[in-house]
Amino acid sequence: MHIHKYEKWWLTFGAAMLIAFLVIVGVSAFHGGTHPNNSKWTINYEKVDEIAPFDNPGVHKVEGKDWDYEVVLVASAFSYNPMEIEVPVGSKVRFIATTKDVVHGFEVAGTNINFMLEPGYVSEKITTVDKAGEYVIVCNEYCGTGHAMMYSTLKVVDTDDNSNSH
Amino acid sequence: MTTATVTKEITKKNGSKETFKEKFVQVDRRDAKLALAHIVVAFIALFLGGFAGLLQVFVRSGQFKLPAGINYYQILTVHGVLLGLILTTYFILGFQTAAISRTSGALSNKQRTIGWAGFWIMTIGTAASATMVLLNEASVLYTFYAPLQAHWIFYLGLALVVVGSWTVALAQGLRYIQWRKENKGQTSPLLSFMVVVNNLMWFVCTLGVAAEVLFQLLPWSLGLVERVDVLLSRTLFWYFGHALVYFWLLPAYMIWYTVVPKVIGAKIFSDSLARLAFMLFLLFSIPVGVHHQLTEPGIDGFWKFLQVVLTFFVIVPSLLTAFSMFATFEIRGRELGGKGLFGWFKKLPWKDSRFLLPFIGMAAFIPGGAGGVVNASYQMNELIHNTIWVTGHFHLAIATTVVLTYFGAAYWLIPHLTGRVLTKKMNDLAVTSGIMWTIGMFIMSGAMHIAGLFGAPRRSEYSTYGGSEQAAEWIPYQIAQAVGGTVLFIAIILIIGIVINLIWFAPKGEEEFPLAELSQGAERTPAILENFKLWGVILVALILIAYTFPIFDIINNSPLGSTGYKFW
Repeated sequence: MHIHKYEKWWLTFGAAMLIAFLVIVGVSAFHGGTHPNNSKWTINYEKVDEIAPFDNPGVHKVEGKDWDYEVVLVASAFSYNPMEIEVPVGSKVRFIATTKDVVHGFEVAGTNINFMLEPGYVSEKITTVDKAGEYVIVCNEYCGTGHAMMYSTLKVVDTDDNSNSH
Repeated sequence: MTTATVTKEITKKNGSKETFKEKFVQVDRRDAKLALAHIVVAFIALFLGGFAGLLQVFVRSGQFKLPAGINYYQILTVHGVLLGLILTTYFILGFQTAAISRTSGALSNKQRTIGWAGFWIMTIGTAASATMVLLNEASVLYTFYAPLQAHWIFYLGLALVVVGSWTVALAQGLRYIQWRKENKGQTSPLLSFMVVVNNLMWFVCTLGVAAEVLFQLLPWSLGLVERVDVLLSRTLFWYFGHALVYFWLLPAYMIWYTVVPKVIGAKIFSDSLARLAFMLFLLFSIPVGVHHQLTEPGIDGFWKFLQVVLTFFVIVPSLLTAFSMFATFEIRGRELGGKGLFGWFKKLPWKDSRFLLPFIGMAAFIPGGAGGVVNASYQMNELIHNTIWVTGHFHLAIATTVVLTYFGAAYWLIPHLTGRVLTKKMNDLAVTSGIMWTIGMFIMSGAMHIAGLFGAPRRSEYSTYGGSEQAAEWIPYQIAQAVGGTVLFIAIILIIGIVINLIWFAPKGEEEFPLAELSQGAERTPAILENFKLWGVILVALILIAYTFPIFDIINNSPLGSTGYKFW
């Protein structure tokens, strides 16, 4: 099968770009640890309120772990619990969330904290919140009539006592 | 310019080829009816679905409320089902029926009866599902994710649409098999080959959604089983869902490869490369669906990444196509006397809607495809997942690239089928509609892309999210979407007007079904490219590699299944 000389160059260039993209994405994920939510933690979605840590939703400072705060959040049609989350800027936060009914989204708008919440599964994301500000958390998976009324707020605040949280 | 005269295709090479071409230059009248029936349904879907889209952008601008308590998500379901599933499937099967009849010869009576049976199965299914959507019993959007539970008739209707599409595809496949039997050892007509590849891909991918509907959603919505495995249902859906996108795209590629060269007076750049591109699409369209599930729990990172790698493979045949197209354009432009590096570009027939609309489609696929690469890039998906960026992306890649190419084809195909002609006036209106579509989509899709990067979610009605400052920044872009959407709807009215003219009012005559020939001295196409057994085995192997372990894992680790919810 005849392939034109220029076409060979074009395909070589194209394939090289694709490989370069894959290497960047792959090294960043498997070496740098920047995976999306791949959690395999399962839960009985009908008993979420009784099962730790979801029996106590909110922001918890933790010691002796690789992160400084755990944010435990429960989604249900059409709200998040808690409605407001406050963490100091620069702290490393582990978001742990699940749903009590249908599929919901958890998206901290304008950031890469964005994952699906599916009944029976706990979703997770560990990240450093390095930019102060008030972020709206929106449900980005259609869940019913009140879908667009479903939100929470993440406040990343400058505080004086966050020096030990690194 | 479109001419009202019949173009006789005369090849000077050998006699047998000449008679073959002349014999099939006109699509058989009875096949034309079958093709036209599909295309009429497609354009009805365009009008109704487009109107639903107009209501959506109005609601989301914050300036308009739906009357009589109509649910925004009901309208959104209408929009997605009609434009994503009905417009596309019907147009594709209509176009492909005409394409098979044109290139392999008229269907036998039995094949045509099978085709009509498929049409009616699909149409009964569409009517059943539409009824449930209109009764607000199925406001679950066109992806119908469990555990939101629609009325069982909605699922049954969609299953009938799929079964009906298989039936029409079977009629097309039988005609191709007949051609191969009658012409042993010869290379099949390129366009027929492409139709069969697309149908084969469609059949293999729809097995996923058929399994989801028949074994999970139907028994569950009928109350025969109480619970459903949500993650399994989503994985089966996306096994189908990404190939669905390629089922839409490949007919556009058929038009680019085989029709557009003829319209500009050129030959097919390479038969072998065209076939190779289609075989690569067949292989890599299916084992990639998990790239729609990158932010979901329950699927291992390794397997997600493996499918990201396979997704990148599917970019290669698009790169091949881009080269072939622009090579064809440049060669032809230079033949017409274009000088210098870009002089050939000016020589192309910009005022011919049969060229201009598919060309705009190709151009839109450059940003559309690049956006797709971003979306599939594993962790980068986190930034845009389920934001309105994604909606902007597929309104470029599908609602511009694919549908503008379909429209460009419909403007010669409909009169070809009805025995009328595309007049200069209608051609000029068609050019106008294409330009308006481009402007409207540039505004709407552009605003969607930008707002999506700021975090605005897709599939959401107007909301200030409790007075959030961020959400307030999205609203100007939502108003821009309403402006773009309005321009698009005006374009749709124009398009419907042209289609009505071409079906009932245009002057009688014969409009050409343009079909390019191979360039002289082209090499013989290697027989391996038509060895479906070989490619089928590779396809099955790739699917097994990509999906066996993740599905085993999902079933093995599955939590308590979900009961149904009706939250609308």
